[in-house]
Amino acid sequence: MKHLSVAVAALMTAFPAWAADSADPIKLTLHDWSGQLITTTLMGEVLKQAGTNVEYVQADYIAQFAGLKTGDLHVAMEIWETTGREAMDEAFATGNVVNMGETGMQAIEEWWYPAYMNDKCPGLPNWEALKDCADAFATPETAPMGRYLGGPVTWGGFDEERVEALELDFEVVHAGTDAALFAELESAYQRQDPIMLWIYSPHWAPSKYEGQYVEFPPYSPECYADPAVGVNPDAAYDCGKPRGPIWKVAWKGVAEKWPNAAKTIENFRISNDEMGQMVAAVDLDGKTVEETVAAWMDANKEVWSAWIVK
Amino acid sequence: MMRARGATFWFGLFALTWALSAFSFQLSKAWDARWLLKYPKAWELPLEGAIKDALNWLVEDAHFGLFTFRDLTRAISALVEVPYQILRDLLIEGFSTGIGDSAVQILPSLSWIAVIACAAAIGHYARDWKLAALVGGCFLYLAVFGQWESAMITLASVLVAVPIGAVGGLFLGIAAWRAPWFERLLRPFLDLMQTVPVFAYLVPILILFGFGPVAALVATVIYAMPPMVRITVVALKGVPEEVLEAGRMAGCTRRQLMWKVLVPSATPSLMVGVNQVIMLTLNMVIIASMIGAGGLGFDVLGALRRLDIGGGIEAGLAIVVMAIALDRASQAFAERSQRARLTGNVLQRHPWTTTVFVVIVATLFLGQVFPGVQTYPRDLTVTTGPFWGEAMKWINVNFFDTFEAIKVVILNWLLLPVKKFFGGIPWAWGIAAMALIAWKVGGWRLGLLAALLTAFIAATGLWPKAMVTVYLCGVSVLIATVVGIPLGIWAAERPGAGRVILGLMDTLQTLPSFVYLIPVVMLFRVGDFSAMVAVVLYALAPAVRYAAHGIRSVPEQLIEAGVMAGCTRAQLLWRIKLPMAAPQLLLGLNQTIMLALSMLVITALVGTRDLGQEVYIALAKAQPGPGIVAGLSVAFIAIIADRIFNALAEGQKRRLGL
Repeated sequence: MKHLSVAVAALMTAFPAWAADSADPIKLTLHDWSGQLITTTLMGEVLKQAGTNVEYVQADYIAQFAGLKTGDLHVAMEIWETTGREAMDEAFATGNVVNMGETGMQAIEEWWYPAYMNDKCPGLPNWEALKDCADAFATPETAPMGRYLGGPVTWGGFDEERVEALELDFEVVHAGTDAALFAELESAYQRQDPIMLWIYSPHWAPSKYEGQYVEFPPYSPECYADPAVGVNPDAAYDCGKPRGPIWKVAWKGVAEKWPNAAKTIENFRISNDEMGQMVAAVDLDGKTVEETVAAWMDANKEVWSAWIVK
Repeated sequence: MMRARGATFWFGLFALTWALSAFSFQLSKAWDARWLLKYPKAWELPLEGAIKDALNWLVEDAHFGLFTFRDLTRAISALVEVPYQILRDLLIEGFSTGIGDSAVQILPSLSWIAVIACAAAIGHYARDWKLAALVGGCFLYLAVFGQWESAMITLASVLVAVPIGAVGGLFLGIAAWRAPWFERLLRPFLDLMQTVPVFAYLVPILILFGFGPVAALVATVIYAMPPMVRITVVALKGVPEEVLEAGRMAGCTRRQLMWKVLVPSATPSLMVGVNQVIMLTLNMVIIASMIGAGGLGFDVLGALRRLDIGGGIEAGLAIVVMAIALDRASQAFAERSQRARLTGNVLQRHPWTTTVFVVIVATLFLGQVFPGVQTYPRDLTVTTGPFWGEAMKWINVNFFDTFEAIKVVILNWLLLPVKKFFGGIPWAWGIAAMALIAWKVGGWRLGLLAALLTAFIAATGLWPKAMVTVYLCGVSVLIATVVGIPLGIWAAERPGAGRVILGLMDTLQTLPSFVYLIPVVMLFRVGDFSAMVAVVLYALAPAVRYAAHGIRSVPEQLIEAGVMAGCTRAQLLWRIKLPMAAPQLLLGLNQTIMLALSMLVITALVGTRDLGQEVYIALAKAQPGPGIVAGLSVAFIAIIADRIFNALAEGQKRRLGL
């Protein structure tokens, strides 16, 4: 059996014109946030238009790598540079998982505050304003220090180091999960109470709540690595967080088994703005993921038809 | 005399521990002994690497000659997938051939009307019309509230996991009953299966069983099976000797004795085990959905990611409703007595089977013409979602400051002092103190066990995290007990209030904790306090239930004797009922601790810094080694607590002459 498939594969490479995709379904993974569901559904629907069979499988964002390595799962549409780097590197190192290129979306992560805090701390979004009004962000547990709600510990982010390096009077508290992060934001926003926290986009939060990212000195790799670079000559991390692409990754067997579909997946590109609008349609206007994706596909036929390789 | 010595021992131990905890820092400075505070890195066991290597070997290299270990697990997984897929097709997806665009449907799934009719029929078969109405009503709720599709996916996995758990547990239990050595061998494994947090072994399971619903089913079965094994052993041991004797006299073979005599006479107790398996399976719905089970658990998670509190509550309540239906039906089966055989022809003997069959066939054909018969019309679904969101907002805006004030008081006067106390205990003294406590309560064997297990935790370098776990768990259990036992007593003394209270407790326990985690964070912010509130909510149930059960089962004669002796109500409670119920109260406390520990892993999601967080981080980074080490540490804390409280309850029973 194995010899046969090797022979077939050899034939296929010898006569690329004959290369045809397997009829087995490609398994795309679904996670639990709407943006990812939209990206994946969009990819899946385009693949279906191209005649490929598609199956959606629910899987955890990080735990899915176990399945991608063994070929139980095939394609993950959103691996964020900012949160998935470690898992990606580990998976690429095994040789069983490959990078399928950027999705076109850029992940932004930074300190964020609601617009009503502009009155309590004039000078924002410039980060230097925080030096004078950290107490405006204080809670009973942290007073007189301001409270900054960071992401889960696993997200990294070097916020403790940043606070130290930029000499901000803030205490860093870590939420355990991003649901907890946004629960606090929702709660504070309802009461118009002070809050400063880690927000990322593309996400529905920046479109639902009015507010801004704090403008730190821009990130550079040297700023993280070399204490001498940046505002504080004695400390590293004296700048904002890196921004980075959102990647597509796949099991290495995808390109052999579905050569055309693999190219279609590589061609997939979408912008932050387009994605932001679709996420808002789902999370804020209550549309279903399928409706939203279908609407986008109706309006952008020439865009997605150009991805398809047959 | 004994009592006084006992009191001196406990007081001395506490005073010494307190002193060491308060002055450990100064001591380590004075003696220049940093190892007092921090377990030396050089002495740490290289366990994480060893576990990683062992797992790699298991996954990559282990084989039995012809096939590898992974082939075996994959074969099991393929085997389990068959009934699961059939159930899914039957309940929701419909049978079809081919894939993707070339798929052709052969037969649609059961219509919602047919499923409700089946459920009601099972309810009637198990007991009566009332149960039929309840079970049917529960399923109707799922349809009306728009949860049907997800609920059927969840139901399919429950219908696969429960039989595997129940039958597997029954066989293991029988084997343990037959061979005492096997029971001794099995016990530590059962303890670990119940106490190692599921997050800890999720990654290896995914690798071995493949991605998707089957891996979730396997994790569910591991978690839900132990009570069945335990109850089987107890139930078989509880079969009266006379019954066995009668069986032997009748010339039964060993097999006949088991299946015709022992198992049938133990059936009511065995059904309690099945009931437990069902409940624990439903508890796992959320975690299972994280690794591909889908269904209601996925809806809860998705709703919370959108901060759709109402959506989360509705999907969560759907799980509760399903639990109620399955729980009541399985309990009715446990109590069902054999009824006389009906006479007449096939139709007369099986009125329900016939009706259900007719409904299935009728809706099958009608469904082709009227889609509403096949699938519950979307327009007719009801939602309470916006109400919950608004209610939460109203509470948040109006009462946040009150909650904040209460929180600050409890934080300053309870949480922080206790945290400081546990955090300061030097690890070496911690091991010694644990051993002393266990020795005092349960003899030198227990003392040795406690010392070894505590030493393991220290040796993995997780001592500080373990102390945070003990502190959070301790405070939560304290509050749960202080609130729960009076509630339980109230429930026992006033049956009317009891029904409401116990019903509420059942709901709290089956409602996925994720549903209330988010409102708790909104009101109390991220931190230890939120974690504590969530743990108390979850762990309250056993404290209440065991207290109520303990008070209710005080022998009537004793109470009458008390009344005759002229006791007041208060005296009756304090002098007779509470002392007699003490063993039950201790067992309730034990269960409260177990639930609190299992919940701590979930509260890692709101940002605690304990062992639960360690397990969760390991999962998030897909590192099986550290996850299993931290998971074992949680399990060992649970096992020590379990043994100590069981020994206490046994001692109390002996003193009371029960």
